[in-house]
Amino acid sequence: MTKVSRNTWTRILQDRYLYLLGLPGMLYFVVFKYAPMWGIVISFQDYSPYTGLWKSEWVGFEHFVRFFSNPDFFMLFRNTMAINLLNLLFFFPAPILLALLLNELRTGLFKKSVQSIIYLPHFLSWVIIAGISFQMLSQTEGVVNKLIVSLGYPSVEFLTNENTFWVLLTLQSMWKEAGWGTIIFLAAMASVDPQLYEASKIDGAGPFRLAWHVTLPGIRNVITILLILRLGDIMDVGFEQVYLMMNGAVSSVAEVFDTYVFRVGISQGQFSYSTAIGLFKSVVGLILVILANKSAKRLGEEGVY
Amino acid sequence: MKRRASEKIYYAANTCLLSLISLITLFPLYYVFVVSFTEPSEFIRGGVILFPRTWTTISYEYLLSTRTFIRSILNSGFLATVGTLSSLIVTSGLAYMLSRKRLVGRRVITLLILLTILFSPGMIPNYLVVRELGLINQIWALIIPALSSGWYVLLMKGFFDSIPESLEEAATIDGCNDVGIWLRIILPLSLPAMAAFGLFFAVGYWNTYFSAVLYINNPAKWPLQILLQNLLVDPYMAGGSEGAYVGSEQLNLPPEGLKMAAIVMTTIPILLVYPFLQKHFAKGAMVGSVKE
Repeated sequence: MTKVSRNTWTRILQDRYLYLLGLPGMLYFVVFKYAPMWGIVISFQDYSPYTGLWKSEWVGFEHFVRFFSNPDFFMLFRNTMAINLLNLLFFFPAPILLALLLNELRTGLFKKSVQSIIYLPHFLSWVIIAGISFQMLSQTEGVVNKLIVSLGYPSVEFLTNENTFWVLLTLQSMWKEAGWGTIIFLAAMASVDPQLYEASKIDGAGPFRLAWHVTLPGIRNVITILLILRLGDIMDVGFEQVYLMMNGAVSSVAEVFDTYVFRVGISQGQFSYSTAIGLFKSVVGLILVILANKSAKRLGEEGVY
Repeated sequence: MKRRASEKIYYAANTCLLSLISLITLFPLYYVFVVSFTEPSEFIRGGVILFPRTWTTISYEYLLSTRTFIRSILNSGFLATVGTLSSLIVTSGLAYMLSRKRLVGRRVITLLILLTILFSPGMIPNYLVVRELGLINQIWALIIPALSSGWYVLLMKGFFDSIPESLEEAATIDGCNDVGIWLRIILPLSLPAMAAFGLFFAVGYWNTYFSAVLYINNPAKWPLQILLQNLLVDPYMAGGSEGAYVGSEQLNLPPEGLKMAAIVMTTIPILLVYPFLQKHFAKGAMVGSVKE
């Protein structure tokens, strides 16, 4: 044993209580984050719980080929992308705009109240949000339709309309999370150099120009980082939200990768096939994060890592 | 500073817009609250009710008299207390370990934890691990697999990073080992931060829904959110999941008030901790806005 490694062992031994402290956490990550990664191998097998991981037959990329040649694949891909693109276009900028508005307010009761109110929905579960949505939008009992009918118009089907389902999801996400999303941007805006504002004001810039030329460039790196992370999630759609809002009338536009994995994997027990779908999704997400991070760095921005 | 007229209009418009947004956020919640207290006959008559003529607590009385509702409140309460404590211990222990710069293997372990944020093996492998461990249909299936997350560990590590190592040295001389230092010096020092993380964990456990769909089939072990789903969502779903519906038909109560009362009761604990949460939003926002 060399001197250096003996030294290392002494150091490890000296810190044994420190390792003991981290042990439950490390065990957790090994069992619940890394053991499942090992479980990915079943996507290349015909896994059955009875034969187990070790004895199941290897089938190579069969499940992947089967999935890509399945007409469902196109539907899932289209739905997932459509929902995420809508989110990227409308839900992603919403907290930035909202933060710009809030940033114009001086600290006081009004600002605090607005913040307290718009942060609140973040803490409500999707079950509650779904329940409230039904109560508001149902065709027979919903308060919005009651209002529409009392004004003399025919009632509108918000919840069972294939054409507007994606919009409904986007609006729900905005109601729930846009306010909460402002916090990170407000924090970033607070660190923009006040001298920049003073200088621009002397040059005669109005509030819009200040926002466009000073505030937004000042928080550019935060926006970039969140955008990169968002791109990594582009194959994910908030599972609980879609699962709860889905109904027979909209299933052709509502089924996304995650709900499909749940239905095929858990309900029908096709473990290998559904793991393959999940793996495809995770790999695409990882590639997107890496690509987005690279291009951000090439453009001279700070990346995520 | 003197303001131009155009700027005054701008600020007035800004205030109006923000008031409108607040109103849009608040109205559904207010409506839920009102309907939950509305006399059933008044609701049946229809129309938009903004303020009921007669207030009644009949929906609440009925809900609190059903055993299913009470049982699921207890289940979720168990999750929120035992789960939160366990999460805090496990996460802070690991985060503290990783924050000590002298530790051998610190960088590798941190990197491995970062990796779990960037890549997830997916729903099915996670499910199979939980099943192999024999946790299906046990309330622990809602706690143990959710004990920690890469984000929480890294955030907490960031917090512990700011505690100087010189603080430990004094304690080491006094003959304390690292566990003792953690218990007697580090944790008491970081109580406010632990409270913040704890509140976020607690809200997470209280809102546990999907893992219960995955792991719990036994109605006696359902958390509140599953019961809410049966009550609120399933009636709208063609062929939703079967389950013990909190029967209201036999009582001739319109389910609307009952549903809204259930929402209010589920939200009350969150509203109670909300003022305490608010102080720590900046910390939690990193978790919340990044990982959603």
